[in-house]
Amino acid sequence: MAKPKRPTPKPARKAPPSKKQKPAARQAVKQPPRPKKAPKAAAKQAAKKTAPKRPADPFGEKALTQVFTELLRRAATSIPPDVLVALEKAREREEPGSVARDTFDVLIENTRLAKQDSRPICQDTGMPFFEVAIPRGISIGAIERAAVEATRQATKTGFLRPNSVDTLTNKNPGDGAGRGMPIVHVHEGKGKGLSVQLILKGGGSENVGTQSALPNVDLGADRDIDGVKKVVLEAIFNAQGKGCAPGVIGFCFGGDRANGYNEAKKQLFRKLDDTNPDPTIAAMEAELLEKGNLLGIGPMGYGGKTTLLGVKGSYLARLPACYFVSVTYMCWATRRAAVEVLPSGKTVYSQ
Amino acid sequence: MSAVKKLTTPLTPKAVRDLRKGDAVEITGTIVTGRDALHKLWIKGWPEYPDLTLRGSVLYHCGPVVRKEKDGWSMLAAGPTTSIREEPYEASVIAHYGFAGIIGKGGMGPKTLAALKEYGAVYLHAIGGAAQVLARKIVRVQGVRHLEEIGVPEAMWILEVKDFPCLVTMDSHGESLHEEVKKSSRAIFDELIGKKKAGAA
Ligand code: SF4
Repeated sequence: MAKPKRPTPKPARKAPPSKKQKPAARQAVKQPPRPKKAPKAAAKQAAKKTAPKRPADPFGEKALTQVFTELLRRAATSIPPDVLVALEKAREREEPGSVARDTFDVLIENTRLAKQDSRPICQDTGMPFFEVAIPRGISIGAIERAAVEATRQATKTGFLRPNSVDTLTNKNPGDGAGRGMPIVHVHEGKGKGLSVQLILKGGGSENVGTQSALPNVDLGADRDIDGVKKVVLEAIFNAQGKGCAPGVIGFCFGGDRANGYNEAKKQLFRKLDDTNPDPTIAAMEAELLEKGNLLGIGPMGYGGKTTLLGVKGSYLARLPACYFVSVTYMCWATRRAAVEVLPSGKTVYSQ
Repeated sequence: MSAVKKLTTPLTPKAVRDLRKGDAVEITGTIVTGRDALHKLWIKGWPEYPDLTLRGSVLYHCGPVVRKEKDGWSMLAAGPTTSIREEPYEASVIAHYGFAGIIGKGGMGPKTLAALKEYGAVYLHAIGGAAQVLARKIVRVQGVRHLEEIGVPEAMWILEVKDFPCLVTMDSHGESLHEEVKKSSRAIFDELIGKKKAGAA
C-alpha cells in the first residue's frame, strides 16, 4: 500500500457546529487506522471517556471526514490499475517514434510521478462525485457534511485544486466547496458496512459531454439501438481530442434529462475490463469502442489508433414522448477510488 | 518524428516563422499563465506590465495547483487547460501584448489561426493531464499578478521554464493539425454511420 509522502492531513479543524449532532457519541471518535502514529495513550483515554462499549462511531461525521479525505487523495494522485493497463496497451499499439506513442509515454510517466510524490495527476482535480451506499439507520447528514469537510481538507493540503466557483458572484472561495459541490448521492445498501465510490471529473472532459433526443434526422438516427449508437459515436467525433483523449465514454439512453446524465456518469465507476451483464448493452459497448478508435483522433487529438480507453453504457425507462441519449466523457486521467468502511471501523480502499 | 526544436523566450519573429505544424519543441525562458478570468480582465482594460517583457513571450493556458512556501510558491501540478474558451479574445490579446506563442490544449478556432498568421505566432499543444511531467519543467515561480482579484487557478503566474515540451499544432502559415484530424475523422465518421460516400457498399 502506498503511503503518502507528505504528512497525512491533520484532523479537521472543528467541523461546522451542527446542533443535531450528539457531542458525546460523535466527536470523540477513534481515529481510523491510517494515521498510524496517533499517541496511543491519549487515544485510549479518549475512547475510555466517551464510548464505554462501542469503541467509536465509524459512520460518524468525524471518522468519515478522515476516510473521505484519504479517498480524495488516492483518487487525485493514483491512477486505477485497469486504466494504467489500458494506457500501456494503447502505447503498444502506436508506431514506435510516432507522436501518439510519445504522448502515451508522457501520460504513463505522469501517473508514475503523481503516485510517487503523492501529487495530483492533473491540476484540474475536477468535481468530486461521491456515491455512498449506507447500512440502515445511518445519518445521511453526517455523510454529506463529511464529504464537504473532506473536500475542504484535501483542498487545503493541495491534493485538490481550489476548484469551486460561486457562479453568482464569480468568486472562488478557495476551499473547494460550494453550492452543490461536491456531489454526494446517498442510498441504502445491502451490507452492514458503508461503501463509497468516488470519481473526480475534470472540466475539460465535462465540457464535451452531450445529450440529444432521438430521432435525429441529420444522422438518420431512429429511436432504437442503432440510433443510440450513431448519436454516441457523433459525441465521440465532436469531442475530438478536447476532453484529453483517449477518453472513457459513459452513456445512458432513456430516463429524463437529469437522471439520464446521472446514470451515464455512474458508468464511470465501472472498471474498464468489466463486461456488461446485459448482452445487448455489452455488444453496444464493444462496437462503439471499436468504431470510436477507428476515427483515428488519437491521444490529445494528435491522430493515432487509440481515441478511447473504454465505453460503458446503461439505460433507463423513458416516457413515450422522450428518447434521450446522454453521453459523458471522462479524460484519460480517469480518477476513481472506492472504500468500504466496516462496522468495526476497518477501512478497505480499492481502485 | 523529427528532432525536437529548442526555443528560448522571447521568441524572434524568424524562429516563429520557421515553425511548422507537427514540430516538437521545447521552450526555455519566461512564460506567463492566463485563462478565462484573466482574458476577460485583459480585454476590459488592457492593464500594462512595464516590468515584464510580454512581446515575443509565451502565454500558457493553465490553472495550476500552487502551494505557498516560506520563500515563494511551488507548482504542485501545472498542465494545460482547454484553449477554445479563449477563442473570442485571443486574437486581440495577441495583437495587444504581442505574444509569439500560445500554449494550451485542444486547439483554437479560425479567428486565432488568422491572428497567428497576421502577427507571427504559433499555437503550442501541451499534453493535457500531464500536470506532473509539466510542473517539473517549471524551475521557478517568478511572481504572480491579479491573485487577489481572480484566485489561484485564474491568476497570471510568471514562470521560468526549462525544456517545456509542446507540439506545434497551429502554425503561422495558416496550418492546423486540429483541422486536419477533424477532417480525416469526419470522413471516417460519415462512413461508419452510413452517411453518403459509403464507397465500397
Ligand atoms: S480533461 Fe484533461 S485537463 Fe481536464 S481533468 Fe482531464 S486530464 Fe486534466
